[in-house]
Amino acid sequence: MRASIFITCYNDTLYPETGRAVVRLLERLGVEPEFNPGQTCCGQMHANTGFRGEAFAQARRLVRLYGDAEAVVIPSSSCVAMMRDQYPGLFEELGTAGLRSEFAALLPRVYELSEFLVDRLGVEDVGAYFPHRVTYHASCHGLRSLHLGDRPLRLLGKVRGLELAPLQNMDRCCGFGGTFSVKNGEVSSAMLAAKLQDVTATAAEYCTGVDNSCLMHLGGAMHRQFAGMKTIHLAEILASTEREQAEGTR
Amino acid sequence: MSETANLAGERPVLDPALAPPFPQAALPVLRNPQLRKNVTHAIDVIQGKRARLVAEKDDWQALRAAGAAMKDHVLENLGAYLEEFEAKCTAAGGQVHWAADAGEARAIILDILRAEQAREVIKIKTMTSAEIQLNPFLEAAGVGVFETDLAEIILQLGEGEPSHIVVPALHVNRSQVREIFARKMGLPELSDDPKALTAAARSYLRRKFLTIPTAIGGANFLIAETGGVAVVESEGNGRMCLTLPRTLITLAGIEKVLPRFADLEVMLQVLARSATGERMNPYTSLWTGVKAGDGPERFHVVLLDNGRSRILARHTERQTLRCIRCAACMNACPVYRQTGGHAYGSVYPGPIGAILTPQLEEMRHAQSLPYASSLCGACYEVCPVKINIPEVLLELRAQVVDQERKQAGRIFDPMYIGLRIANVIFARAWLFHLAQRLGRMGLGLFTRKDGWIHALPSVGAEWTQTRDLRGLPKQTFHEWWAARQKEAR
Repeated sequence: MRASIFITCYNDTLYPETGRAVVRLLERLGVEPEFNPGQTCCGQMHANTGFRGEAFAQARRLVRLYGDAEAVVIPSSSCVAMMRDQYPGLFEELGTAGLRSEFAALLPRVYELSEFLVDRLGVEDVGAYFPHRVTYHASCHGLRSLHLGDRPLRLLGKVRGLELAPLQNMDRCCGFGGTFSVKNGEVSSAMLAAKLQDVTATAAEYCTGVDNSCLMHLGGAMHRQFAGMKTIHLAEILASTEREQAEGTR
Repeated sequence: MSETANLAGERPVLDPALAPPFPQAALPVLRNPQLRKNVTHAIDVIQGKRARLVAEKDDWQALRAAGAAMKDHVLENLGAYLEEFEAKCTAAGGQVHWAADAGEARAIILDILRAEQAREVIKIKTMTSAEIQLNPFLEAAGVGVFETDLAEIILQLGEGEPSHIVVPALHVNRSQVREIFARKMGLPELSDDPKALTAAARSYLRRKFLTIPTAIGGANFLIAETGGVAVVESEGNGRMCLTLPRTLITLAGIEKVLPRFADLEVMLQVLARSATGERMNPYTSLWTGVKAGDGPERFHVVLLDNGRSRILARHTERQTLRCIRCAACMNACPVYRQTGGHAYGSVYPGPIGAILTPQLEEMRHAQSLPYASSLCGACYEVCPVKINIPEVLLELRAQVVDQERKQAGRIFDPMYIGLRIANVIFARAWLFHLAQRLGRMGLGLFTRKDGWIHALPSVGAEWTQTRDLRGLPKQTFHEWWAARQKEAR
């Protein structure tokens, strides 16, 4: 089968290694990855800040771009949540009947990465090897909007060499929240400090997750505080093998 | 003035028209470790109890759905149920007043007190009275007001402000309570043993209960079918206010009405478990009108609109009026956990306050509140009447942006400039790719040898105050993909 990767604007710009890992992982699992170079952003930043018209324009653009895709795979839970939770309202308010039906036809083919692996491909053991102690941060959108449940943990559980360190208060937000992190910088930082305390208490080498935005937040604080721990996207762990280790570990 | 007399340093402002924006209002709390410790400790206790009691209900999700459906039905037929309540309450000997706004409600209550020649009143903890700022108004009119809820007494005597809608003195710890009581009740030898503190409060309260014949309270529920009113509480002090006085005034928001007495079955279950983590709240008082020789002789209900009709008329925001004031959302909120309640500049703090306050203010004040959330969704997950708070927050953010767009000063706001440029860029992939290259060059100037950015100017400084940012990689994903495709050919 073929899967079209929506890499998302910030992964394209800031975390290309996550995209490369998705490509390697999909190819290893016999899925042919596609990439539409016309893609930009899902509109989440604008929608969450209150710029609805702008968000709508970006949302419409994305739906048209992926109309023909067999499956759309997105390594970012918040962008998938944007499509599932906010596109319907935006299209109801500002879109046409044609756009709404295009979107309705597309939506069932849109997957967050761990959903695609577990639900669409039906695999949990992706043949990965990652000999490190890892803790998993459940991003809020993955947890409460996509209801990913233990899918990421099941995938991690099958990774050879990986020692999973349980995270206390896993369901508590890291304080990123997009523009919240700068509009409410001090409050966001206080939330981050509380989260980081739980994360570092795991004594893991890596903190992983399904959303690089939360990981950028946590990783930025780890680097500032010389925490001796790094963040790494789930895709990179799952793409990692004995022969080809994850880029983030090199 | 002692440290505890003013529990958060400066006395916080809970009037949305006067309060500073949320990010600024949060600072005094973020810099007060004792206050933050008090808040997190109290929340952890309540949340732990709630989680255990919700987990034991197999039908919790069904109860939530029933609660939401019941409230939606009421909101769709609000006028009819309120009129039914008025008719039944009046027939039972009560008197119903309609108040369009806070000013009208205050005037109605003062008129009643004047007619009663009441110089003092005792009060049951009532959110609506705080909403209309009743206490300072009555004090200014020469009426002595005495709160009877233990937490409200602590705040009244300590000259503090509520920081939570169920546990208003949650930010005050036991030794601070001891200090306030010792000073204000003239008990220098008082210990901070909870038994001693409650005994002191009891003897203070008994004198009020026995000497003041007028009470003001609120309502958790109004029953249309019977004209009855329900108040739930933990201490029994509310029960005293409802039974001992000669005259009782109930101030209730118009959304508090339920169709039938039997609807309490669902509501009392979800409220007690969500609010205090109890299977049933200790005191549930239900009464209908007046009865000779039993309880108050005169009973008034003031039905308060104060912006609620406007909320009712709006599609997405209407669900705000489902709220039964259980506070589960603030207990679950990671923002509230850090800031406590005072930062919200309103008597309604936390996630529900972030959506309710700006709406009650008709979007004229409190525009920072819809942004006081990371949109993590914990509030929606615990809400016993399924208010989709993140959805309402986003709707209100859109309204704030629509307002602000018209303001000339926004042209120079870096956030607005950035988002406007971003929108142009995201509409064209070639421009997005150009912006990435320019961004790489621009951020390159700030990137240190270790590959990380440690300090940024303008809005970026809000990020780099506590986090580094990894410098932009040399190759974007789409550049890598294009090179790979080329190689393969």
